[in-house]
Amino acid sequence: MSEIVNILLAVLYLLVFPGFLFLFFYGLFCEYFDRKLYARMQNRVGPPLFQPFADFVKLLAKEDIIPEKADKGMFSIVPLFAFAGVLTAILYIPIWRTDAVLSFEGDLVVVLFLLTIPSFALFFAGWHSTNLFSQIGAVRTVTQLFGYEIPFFFACLAPALIMGTWSISGILSQTVIRPEVLILLILAFIIAVISLQAKLERVPFDAPEAETEIAGGSLVEYTGRRLAIFRLMFNIKMVICAALITALFLGGPVLFPAVPGPEFIGYLLGFVVFLLKTLFVVFLLTMMRTVFARVRIDQLLKFCYGWLIPLSIVQFLLLILVRSMGWFA
Amino acid sequence: MPKVTIPVGPQHPALKEPINFMVSVDGETIVDADMNLAYSHRGIEKLAESKTYLQNIYLVERICGICSHTHTTCFVQGVEELMGIEVPERGLYIRTLVAELERIHSHLLWTGVAGHEIGFDTLFMYTWRDRELALDLLEMITGNRVNYGINTIGGVRRNIKAGMKDQILKHIGKLEERVQYYTDMATTESTVLLRAEGVGHLPENEARKFCAVGPTARASNIPTDVRKEDPYAAYEELDFELITSDSCDILGRLIVRMQEMVESCKMARQLIENLPSGPIRAPMSREVPAGEVVSRYEAPRGECLYYVKSNGTFYPERLKVRASTYANWPAVVYSLKGYYIADIPLIIAAIDPCMSCTSRVAILDTKDGNERKVLDMDYLRTYGIKWYKEHGRGVRRR
Repeated sequence: MSEIVNILLAVLYLLVFPGFLFLFFYGLFCEYFDRKLYARMQNRVGPPLFQPFADFVKLLAKEDIIPEKADKGMFSIVPLFAFAGVLTAILYIPIWRTDAVLSFEGDLVVVLFLLTIPSFALFFAGWHSTNLFSQIGAVRTVTQLFGYEIPFFFACLAPALIMGTWSISGILSQTVIRPEVLILLILAFIIAVISLQAKLERVPFDAPEAETEIAGGSLVEYTGRRLAIFRLMFNIKMVICAALITALFLGGPVLFPAVPGPEFIGYLLGFVVFLLKTLFVVFLLTMMRTVFARVRIDQLLKFCYGWLIPLSIVQFLLLILVRSMGWFA
Repeated sequence: MPKVTIPVGPQHPALKEPINFMVSVDGETIVDADMNLAYSHRGIEKLAESKTYLQNIYLVERICGICSHTHTTCFVQGVEELMGIEVPERGLYIRTLVAELERIHSHLLWTGVAGHEIGFDTLFMYTWRDRELALDLLEMITGNRVNYGINTIGGVRRNIKAGMKDQILKHIGKLEERVQYYTDMATTESTVLLRAEGVGHLPENEARKFCAVGPTARASNIPTDVRKEDPYAAYEELDFELITSDSCDILGRLIVRMQEMVESCKMARQLIENLPSGPIRAPMSREVPAGEVVSRYEAPRGECLYYVKSNGTFYPERLKVRASTYANWPAVVYSLKGYYIADIPLIIAAIDPCMSCTSRVAILDTKDGNERKVLDMDYLRTYGIKWYKEHGRGVRRR
């Protein structure tokens, strides 16, 4: 009996909450939030609440075209591959309490790996479309990957270094005990948010899909439901990256100090706190998109290697110093 | 990646109208560029020969949707010279006012488009919002937002009423404030500087060689401006500066346009404050004496040229239009070389191109064996029937 319950619970986790269904709606909501904020900051009205959902449904209904010269297998499988990759990552991120659905020592690395899959999916999608613009976009995607991935990894591993654990849930439980440590991680937080913008390929780091230069980059040949899946994947990726940053640097769903009362109220409150904090991260990302122009790919690499990586090394040295002095033992 | 040739256009998100650039790139660097014009030939010059001079004002107004006043003024100036008409002062002042407001709206539009090309949509939205101020003024003065229809041979068609003056001065004040804000922003915003500084370099001697005009030439430190060199309308009585920049890059073109907007606001203020009284137009006859004339006008994009030849009838014998963008194309091809793929949209946009305006002639290349023939209606009909027999009628419709 308990086995069946466990299986049902696992299916529930995967498909309903915090898996597919929750991510689907929250991802679309985050797109709405992002677009509406962007519009308001530009003195526009912006889309209504259901616009992202309507866009998704409309794309599903559109004609699905595979270019004659494209690699048909790769062209079709790549969106699903990327989609599955990002969906899996949510299971390791705490959403309503300090523990995630799954956790083990080292799951932080797994999540970072899973979040890299979409970039490679974009590369394969662009390369196998055999379109000139999409191939330039694909090459740019990978070039950009080498720029932002190092500072992003450095920044995300900084909490692991100071907390002494490689599990996201573990880091969060440590944060609850010693919230003052987060002050040490402000630099890592800033680096993580900036490199996240590059990871999500949004202005100012959207050279791989630059509409006015290479007509949309990797996805230029995608239409219909495959494009819909890609777009949904981007939204979910944004949510998950925001959730990861929330868990690592902002104390995740934990509200300080902990509220007394029955357990489920704490969970509910934790969930609301989680939503607010992820929306705050999305807000930061939207701000960046609003106030900057697109930089060239070479300028991006110069920025990453000249500023972000040295700064993240400074952050690491600081943490090593703090640990060796035994201030936060 | 190996050396490849990228087609930019005739359909490309960076282009608002059709033109084609074949850009050879090595990796991300441009090594060579070539250009094909004339995707939107409209036959306006030929059409003009079958219309009267008065009708032609409204025809040439439709050459460009942004600088429509440019074309009418340039045309009527030429015709007035042929007919020997002395335009009343007030008419000239109103004409100049509309021209300067048009320059402000055109430059603001350009700033927005340039922002969009480098992914800075916020600038695009803001400048286009403030451009509405200029458009509102134009609508108030002329009754229209795009094709103003205010010029006529011998003067202008609508007068400025007493109550309009305050409103115009108020809007001009607001515009001045906003333009100052954009100037500050464009010269300090780090990502804009990253994209504009040192990009699309066009040295002074090259600009002279390619006969660049307007802000493109002035940003390459060539002090050329028809308003100063050969003053028309009311420009002789106005106090304004000729803006140049010696940076020779896109940032220079940006700054020149920004400063020109400040000067235009200044001029509009002077025009309104010193508006002379009197009639707004002189009487004219429909017949134009035989002769030929070249008329020059400083459009927002540079010098615009009109050649009008009259044979003494109601209709012009020949009308030749050289829009300002046409003079700037060779400079674009030159300044593309050596930069990155990412710079293509901005370098093309930096001259403020207006493709359809430049398209005056369609040239067919018959050298490489392509025979040139005229297809008549019967041929097209039989061809169509044959095509559908072969391909069936299964053309997908949605």
